[in-house]
Amino acid sequence: MNAIINFASNLIRGVSSNKDVFKFNGGVHPHDHKAESTTLPISQLAIPEKLTLPLRQHVGHIPKILVQVGDFVLKGQMLAEPEGSVSAAIHAPTSGTISAINEQVIPHPSGLPDMCITLTPDGKETWAQLQPTDWRNTDKKVLVDSLRSSGIVGLGGATFPTHIKLRINGKSNVHTLVINAAECEPYITCDDMLMRERADQVIKGIEIVQHLLGAEKCIIGIEDNKSQAASAMTSASTNRAMQVKVVPTLYPSGDARRLIHLLLDIEIPNDKRSTDVGIQVFNIATVLAIYRYFEFGEPSINRIVTMTGNVARPQNFEVLFGSPLQSLIAAAGGAKADTTHYIMGGPMMGFDLPNEQVPITKAANCIIAAAPHLFAEPTPAMPCIRCARCADACPVNLQPQELYWFSKSDNFEKARDYDLFDCIECGCCTYVCPSDIPLVQYYRYAKSEIIAADKAKEAADLARERNDFRLARIEREKLERAQKHAERAQAGKAEAKVADDNKKKPEVSVETVTNADVGTTAATDKQAAIAAAIARAKAQKLASANTIETPTDNLAATEASKTPEVEAAELKAKQDKQALIAAAIERAKAQKLAAAEVGVTPKNVENVSAAVQAEINETDAIREKVKLVTETKKPE
Amino acid sequence: MLISLYIMLGLALILGGLLGIAALLFKVEGDPLVARIDAILPQTQCGQCGYPGCKPYATAIAAGEADINQCPPGGDAGAHALADLMGMEYKPINAANGVEKPKAVAFIDEEVCIGCTLCIQACPVDAILGAAKHMHTIIASECTGCELCVAPCPVDCISMIPIAENPDNWKWKYPVIPIMAVPFESNNAN
Amino acid sequence: MNRSPYITDAPTVSTIMLKVLLALVPGIIAYTWIYGGGILVSIAIATSTALAAEAMLLKIRQRPIKPYLMDMSAVVTAWLLALALPPLAPWWLVVVGTFFAIVIAKQLYGGLGYNPFNPAMVGYAVLLISFPLIMTKWPAPLLLAEHPLSFMEQLHFIFNHVLPNDIKVDAITSATPLDYLKTQLMLKHEVASITQAPIFGQFGAKGGEIVTSAYLLGGLYLIQQRIISWHLPTAFLAALAAISFAFYAVSPAHYANPLFHLMSGASMLCAFFIITDPISGPTTPRGKLYFAAGVGVLTYLIRVYGGYPDGVAFAVLLMNMCVPLIDAYTQPRVFGHQK
Repeated sequence: MNAIINFASNLIRGVSSNKDVFKFNGGVHPHDHKAESTTLPISQLAIPEKLTLPLRQHVGHIPKILVQVGDFVLKGQMLAEPEGSVSAAIHAPTSGTISAINEQVIPHPSGLPDMCITLTPDGKETWAQLQPTDWRNTDKKVLVDSLRSSGIVGLGGATFPTHIKLRINGKSNVHTLVINAAECEPYITCDDMLMRERADQVIKGIEIVQHLLGAEKCIIGIEDNKSQAASAMTSASTNRAMQVKVVPTLYPSGDARRLIHLLLDIEIPNDKRSTDVGIQVFNIATVLAIYRYFEFGEPSINRIVTMTGNVARPQNFEVLFGSPLQSLIAAAGGAKADTTHYIMGGPMMGFDLPNEQVPITKAANCIIAAAPHLFAEPTPAMPCIRCARCADACPVNLQPQELYWFSKSDNFEKARDYDLFDCIECGCCTYVCPSDIPLVQYYRYAKSEIIAADKAKEAADLARERNDFRLARIEREKLERAQKHAERAQAGKAEAKVADDNKKKPEVSVETVTNADVGTTAATDKQAAIAAAIARAKAQKLASANTIETPTDNLAATEASKTPEVEAAELKAKQDKQALIAAAIERAKAQKLAAAEVGVTPKNVENVSAAVQAEINETDAIREKVKLVTETKKPE
Repeated sequence: MLISLYIMLGLALILGGLLGIAALLFKVEGDPLVARIDAILPQTQCGQCGYPGCKPYATAIAAGEADINQCPPGGDAGAHALADLMGMEYKPINAANGVEKPKAVAFIDEEVCIGCTLCIQACPVDAILGAAKHMHTIIASECTGCELCVAPCPVDCISMIPIAENPDNWKWKYPVIPIMAVPFESNNAN
Repeated sequence: MNRSPYITDAPTVSTIMLKVLLALVPGIIAYTWIYGGGILVSIAIATSTALAAEAMLLKIRQRPIKPYLMDMSAVVTAWLLALALPPLAPWWLVVVGTFFAIVIAKQLYGGLGYNPFNPAMVGYAVLLISFPLIMTKWPAPLLLAEHPLSFMEQLHFIFNHVLPNDIKVDAITSATPLDYLKTQLMLKHEVASITQAPIFGQFGAKGGEIVTSAYLLGGLYLIQQRIISWHLPTAFLAALAAISFAFYAVSPAHYANPLFHLMSGASMLCAFFIITDPISGPTTPRGKLYFAAGVGVLTYLIRVYGGYPDGVAFAVLLMNMCVPLIDAYTQPRVFGHQK
């Protein structure tokens, strides 16, 4: 049945039968706008006055800061070390002084501030001691371990720490290395220019990765709108165990799973990674970074960024991480007058940048200056007419119109059932929607709601478990106490009996006697027993006054054997305790008062410069906006 | 006439029998009701519902002793879920039990803490670390924000800090482009 | 605001609807040629009724009026209904049908995108049930009529139900070939002799088959423009052909040949314009095949065994009911999921 449908579909669409590539469902053909930024070669962006390095530049744990404000650091020196396995280091992109470690607005869809290290360059570019590695003659495990401190992450935009992807547990079973040079998103040309200008280095990098993975096969996938890059790569890779494969231009061919299907006709199962079927995918820029790390010892401190869109001279730049967006815009000849804002990433999957001060990070492959004539304002959405164009365009073969319906009505369970989490948010569905429905936004919304709900559920389960454990513990302690009590009573009885038998030694039972057995013991022993209990209670009370907590083990005994004398002792102990607490409260109050007198203003805001104040105001405004958005979240 | 009556009777008997057999064969073994209610409750163990914890409250709901609108931390969503599960009409959270607040975690001012352990005893999920006469601290990741530790503190050193939005817990918002089928203005005007 | 993708390239809903209207033009021209200009009057009445009803309901439902009137979906419904009705239908019939289609079948279900049933077919079915006599009486094509009516005479007839002096209503109307075939078969005549009657043409109805061919032409344009997918018309026509062939093969004397069924009645209009309504139809490729095949089979069964001459409207409505079920059980395999 499906075969017939596919055959008929292909017949109708007149799909070219290129036997070398294996088409996936859907995809779209947006205008690529790549010519604008490929006229000029890659140029070096000058060191800006200030570099802001967010700690959150990769997928995984936030790295641990190693420096302090005021420290002088060398170019390439590690500023933050990876924490946990999925994490990446951050290095100083140039030499200079750490001028601040604080929260600043980062390039993130949320527009929220996050922890950043600010470096003021000294302009001397003094390198730290670099250690090139002879990778051919070093143990693979050592090499991969050393990559952990290289700070290299996937530079295609996914920013997954590279050392994880190369980690070899025992034996590597990766047989094919796929190099992703498809660069399917419109406007972006950083990989294109990289291949045109540095094909040799890239090929050497591929060799290293191939060696590390032990992959005998390597395929470099390039879209056919980059013929120059493809020929550069082909000539550089001659006589090597790698093959350049030109694939038809179709968005989103650059998605790893789609590219693997395109090149190898293998569908990675949705619940598995590509390595599970022996394939690993690397982006071209990442491979270059790996080469530079092993060949020269250079950590990840810069990347190629496409600055394009509504600027005077669209071009690719080699940019130090942390450079403010402004400096990049200025280098591209400045933005034209009608520029409204800036987009990071491509027009299909990118996001709005909160301002022009945000730093360039490891994920920033492209910055587009947006203007109304490039990206029209979204038109109001019409209702879905179920035309299923989105389903035809979906490269994952989902049913976007169903997902939209479920996401829109907060029917998250259903959305999950219809494989919402297989959605790669490529935007093809929105691209072809006649009703102009922002489908991808609905999916993102639904995904984050589901993830948040899952987290809350996890937290609730943990809380339930801990509460259950606590109740069980209290129960157990109570039981233990009762048991001890009973044991003691048992022992007491036994001993009392012995005492009964040998009346000459009444003292024997004194140590463990309780009220319960007092009644059963002989009248002659009673006196002695009570005296002993009182003595013990006194001692205990005295002790409890010091430790505050009443030793519960012997509570029963003391309570039971209360006499006026004991009560007096208890009262005294209580008074002692109260006095202690009162004193503590006094102390605490005094401290609080003192703290209040010092002033209630937050730290470090007494004397701020005008610029910083403006920044604070701006941040506040953004927060306010975010709040507004949240409040007007949805119509009922 | 009589024949049709018999046919109807026979049909009723046969179908009834089939239904009975099906009910036995395809019986769905679900969680007991208390567990299902407990799964909806937020497990803050705060006691605002008037019961000493989430499970006792769940038990009370199952027994029909408690209403479904007594759990402020669960909020409106929780009340809706409970109403669905119990097949009851949704009710807004009873103000007598408290109001829904943004999730917060407790914070101990370590300068002021006297190490009295009263909060440790109050904490329903053992999320406070410390020993007698030693300064205490909250394990933030395990704090449910129940506020039960705030009251017992003799020196008022515990405060509840709402969890702020950061890039980690930030969520994509519901698309705000007006959808024509559901115009905001006219709906709000009504 | 984050709203990627920032670029789109899609026809708007209005464009899609306009193309559907454009695809109907050849059919309308053929219709006018065969049956006279009366159909243009019907279309005009239906269109204005549809727009007025739509605007009124949008106003009542407090929805923005302009964008929804501009989407042209109401016009498509109006044209389809007008074309499905008998030519020279009285004006009030067109008004009632269109009003019902727009108000009850579309707007009361939530408007564009929310109607579970094809509005035009709901309107048609209501009229067929309520006014069976008018609905089953078709005027003969102009070239067969004893007294071909001029456009003005048709206009007069539509609005006043008055014919020129010496003409009786029966003189200009006759049963449709489908209807005629059915009644004659009941009278124990054989297909071969029945189709000798003058109302039969080469394949289907004389004249009607030209209109049908024009619909086919418009439909192919829609497929070429990717407004409709090939699944629906192909499956519908294939199923109709297959089931009629099966009966025909068993007894050619009692069942008409497949070509007759494909070219008669509303078959082509249904294949390319009615079951292709995306809103009330299924969305999955496999679902579309099942849905259209179901309509095809039901259409045939109603034609042969049902009480009405053509079964398209009821077949479509019956299959509309099954759409959620079809969609749920024909979900395509998601990339990377088990085969």
